[in-house]
Amino acid sequence: MSSDEIKRVIIIGAGQAGGETAQRLRQAGFEGDITLLGEEPHAPYQRPPLSKKYLAGELTMDRLLLRPANVYAEEKIALLTSLRAVWIDRAGKKVRVEGGRELPFDALVLATGSKPRKLPLVGADLAGVFTLRTAADIDAMKPHFVAGKKLVVIGAGYIGLEAAAVARQLGLDVTVVETAVRPLARVTSPEVAGFFLDEHTRQGVRFVLGGQPALIKGSDRVTAVGLTDGTEIPADIVLAGIGVNPEMTLAQQSGLTTENGVITDAQCRTSDPNIFAIGDCAARPISFFDNRLCRLESVHNAVEGAKIVAAAITGGKPPALEAPWFWSDQYDLKLQIAGLFQGYDHIVFRGVMTDRAFAAFYYQGERLIAVDAVNKPAEYLGAKMLIQTGRTLPREVIADETRPMKELVASAK
Amino acid sequence: MPKITYIEASGKEHVIDAPNGQTVMEAAVKHAVPGIDADCGGACACATCHVYVDPDWLAKTGEAGSMEQSMLDFANDVETNSRLSCQIKISDALDGLVVRLPKSQH
Repeated sequence: MSSDEIKRVIIIGAGQAGGETAQRLRQAGFEGDITLLGEEPHAPYQRPPLSKKYLAGELTMDRLLLRPANVYAEEKIALLTSLRAVWIDRAGKKVRVEGGRELPFDALVLATGSKPRKLPLVGADLAGVFTLRTAADIDAMKPHFVAGKKLVVIGAGYIGLEAAAVARQLGLDVTVVETAVRPLARVTSPEVAGFFLDEHTRQGVRFVLGGQPALIKGSDRVTAVGLTDGTEIPADIVLAGIGVNPEMTLAQQSGLTTENGVITDAQCRTSDPNIFAIGDCAARPISFFDNRLCRLESVHNAVEGAKIVAAAITGGKPPALEAPWFWSDQYDLKLQIAGLFQGYDHIVFRGVMTDRAFAAFYYQGERLIAVDAVNKPAEYLGAKMLIQTGRTLPREVIADETRPMKELVASAK
Repeated sequence: MPKITYIEASGKEHVIDAPNGQTVMEAAVKHAVPGIDADCGGACACATCHVYVDPDWLAKTGEAGSMEQSMLDFANDVETNSRLSCQIKISDALDGLVVRLPKSQH
């Protein structure tokens, strides 16, 4: 379908990807109908601060909103909150919502996000057991985040460790249980993981690494987490941070191609050319990584997907693509990540961990593929720029700290 | 409420009533001022909220911190009055602040 035939766009999912798509369609001059459907009661908001400043009580909901709620009406974007889409009729080009109403579309954008995995354990439904994805999740958990309470975090990924950091700062007693032998096992190298393990330990977090949770104990509220070796860890609150699954129910029901995510091309088009998929629920080829299909859970991916789809729908110029980027704030540490580290064979450092400011550069052969930078923004931005322009630096050159990062990047081929 | 004036690279002006406590970036994004992307939402992680502070206001906005300065080093068309607008907090002292926006954030 050519862009001038598209008069009605429906976006399912009012998270950052969906919200940005609506906004960028209007910015690109799209004058047709835009309907933005969200299950949550809020206008689109930023999720990253949920496990950081929102949990710490430093940011309120109105500051999380991408844009004030009244802006949607001003821009003639029909924002339908607390409403679930239940069916996509691809042949008839309609979306059915809860209650039976059917909404017609010319182009449909799936921005349905992801759902936290639930603990597959007896007791996982007890009061006091939480997952962390929405503002409502934090609103429910936050009243229990008081000094002296015992928090057990299951899963030592970024979300779990960010929550652990906030909890320690608020004076909770924190234990992190992780089935792998180190934290952050899926997302960074053993070296960088070791740094974060030491930092959290120094801040008073206890770790049970290689620990297998067997059940959540309690009669109506959680009282402890039981491990397979018989250990019991007393708990007032349990936070499960064991990853997310892409929300693909609608895509699967309607027969779109899915694997670990709704599969799309580089234009974010699914196997149905009238349907796009973006954000956490989608997997698209990433040009900087040999067009590997990647399902990225990040702000970068959400925003870039929105830009790509707005351009595709309006026939506009596609956006300049960025190397994937991520960040995590824990205590006074700002971790900034660019690229994808999977498959690295060498790691090179600038700075030393004991200064709490260092960067780990990941190489595959001669090629720079990723950076983890802790309190080292120049190294992060420099590496990101190299990756997205297809350049690299010899490993011994990037390690030379007598030369500033900016100068090195300028010299790179 | 302090008033902030944003001037796009094209010369188009936007005058925004900006509440104390928000940042110069947040006020712009919430009013859809084009030219401030602020992809990371103010976490000082993306360097896409670059602005030029009107020279008359530089003393009041203060200087970039070291993290911010390092990020700015990699932004396009950086000048001595460049700042990341997510790091400038709005207060009564900034009532009337004027910032100019670069041609592009990327």
